[in-house]
Amino acid sequence: MMLEQLTTPQSDYSYAYLDPYAKRELRRRILKAIALPGYQVPYASRELPIARGWGTGGLQVTLSLVGPESIVKVIDQGADDSVNAANLRRFIARMSGAQTTTDAVEATLIQSRHRIPEEILSEGQALILQVPDPEPLRAVEAEISRAREMHADADYGQMWLVLYEQLVRYKQYVQGASYPAMVGGRYMISPSPIPRWDNPKLHQAAHLTLLSAGREKRLYAVPPYTDVYPLEFEDIPFQVEDQSGRVCKTTGVTNKFMNELPQPDGTVDYDLSDSGYALKLAASRAGEEVTVGATYYDDEGNFYHDGYLKPPILSA
Amino acid sequence: MTAISNHRSYPLDPPRFVDAPPMLRAVGVTKRYRHVNAVESADVEVYPGEVLGIVGESGSGKSTLLRLLNLEEQPETGEYTLNIPGVTGQNLFALDRFARREVQIQHIGMVYQNPFLGLRMNFTSSGNVAERLLITGERRYETLRTKARTSLLASEFPIDRMDDPPRVLSGGMQQRVQLAKALALQPQLLLLDEPTTGLDVSVQALVLDTLKRLQRERHITIVIVSHDLGVIRTLSDRVIVMRYGRIVEVGLADQILNDPQDAYTQQLVHAKL
Repeated sequence: MMLEQLTTPQSDYSYAYLDPYAKRELRRRILKAIALPGYQVPYASRELPIARGWGTGGLQVTLSLVGPESIVKVIDQGADDSVNAANLRRFIARMSGAQTTTDAVEATLIQSRHRIPEEILSEGQALILQVPDPEPLRAVEAEISRAREMHADADYGQMWLVLYEQLVRYKQYVQGASYPAMVGGRYMISPSPIPRWDNPKLHQAAHLTLLSAGREKRLYAVPPYTDVYPLEFEDIPFQVEDQSGRVCKTTGVTNKFMNELPQPDGTVDYDLSDSGYALKLAASRAGEEVTVGATYYDDEGNFYHDGYLKPPILSA
Repeated sequence: MTAISNHRSYPLDPPRFVDAPPMLRAVGVTKRYRHVNAVESADVEVYPGEVLGIVGESGSGKSTLLRLLNLEEQPETGEYTLNIPGVTGQNLFALDRFARREVQIQHIGMVYQNPFLGLRMNFTSSGNVAERLLITGERRYETLRTKARTSLLASEFPIDRMDDPPRVLSGGMQQRVQLAKALALQPQLLLLDEPTTGLDVSVQALVLDTLKRLQRERHITIVIVSHDLGVIRTLSDRVIVMRYGRIVEVGLADQILNDPQDAYTQQLVHAKL
């Protein structure tokens, strides 16, 4: 046997760009994060050919998990075709030989910024969220070492102060993104800048969610079938963004998360934020053979876990 | 109405703190910052419902002593007990972080000279008060509103401004927010670190009035630190005089301020601009 046959062939890059040691470290960190749902695991964030703050955290996790058999979907603000999503998808495919898709049901790895797909993800799928600021306590505690102590003590009382301020000023929860949530009854997470609409999708989800912040060098996970509860006051239940009355102008769908499109005449049109889902709907209308999966919110806006979302309390 | 009938209708409280065991007891407290002895083997006893004044010049260790009593810092040596159900007999300096915080939140209220130390300047005033309740696990918004309101009213804060951030309030109002926050959980011990320094004289008098009223109504035990002998004379029952980290004289307020024995205290009492 020749030595040549025993070694991997010479190439310019390691498989999936990161060197084997980096990938091994990341995989170990991911295992730790899964073992401690919601706990922020520090990791050595590697240099990548994109700038910090453009999804390096998510990209590193994706690259450490991707294989030639993977099917990758990349989402940016719900869209598959924005510059950032297209760049990342091309890079991942080129470096790993993985297939790509825009279909959330078909994908095995979904790297996303800002959104969780509308269609219910299933077991065996991994959702990788890019996180700009992993620390939920930053809103009330400027000192990061003190925040770590608070996580250790599960001392989260002050987080309700943020909600209190919103209720005093606006009479309702108004936080548009990174709405804090308790994972597995133990750790509080900032679930990346997903809208409140997407927070409930993490609860008892069949898929694995990995959240990774490249600049802050922390990653954390919501393992499959874990309780995730958004913060709320006992007498004022958590609410998702009200999407009622909004109809997607291309597909006619209602009660999904919509993008607002201001028109020149002052009116507003709405468009599905999840572009992969919109493509599938359009294709099935055109008679193509696609299977549109069940969605987390049905057409009446009911969440698929009955009773998880409580009706609002209307006060004077 | 004669003086005697007046006396009958408002009988004086019996002198509670004479035979009751001390409510606060700190023995042999020493705190060093590198080579500076900030507090050196200080013994402090405060009786239930009493107001203890600590006076001394800048750098005499009075604020450090107060921070130690608030469990914000750990001393080199010393023992600290509070005679409050649940913590009686425990040396509070030896508690772990979690238990220490519990005592601090539940049983001790603190008002700082600098409101930036005690308040979140960009959150609402009522939110600042509600924070204490949130830490102890209150999760009902309506309850928080009511309790914050009650506490702010008790400290005579103008209630129509309860949702303004302390950033936009006057110095006197900021101190009232701090006071409301300190009293939100109805602690038995209130620590005041120069609460009226930096306020103008009329506002100072109003804040002192509020403090006096609260003390009378709730029988809170108060330790007040001030370099202003007028404040000490108005509020305190007993006085501790400190210099270079040591306690040089202890006694009843009248006794210390009218007939000081120690040379330094004499100097302090007679010093006037």
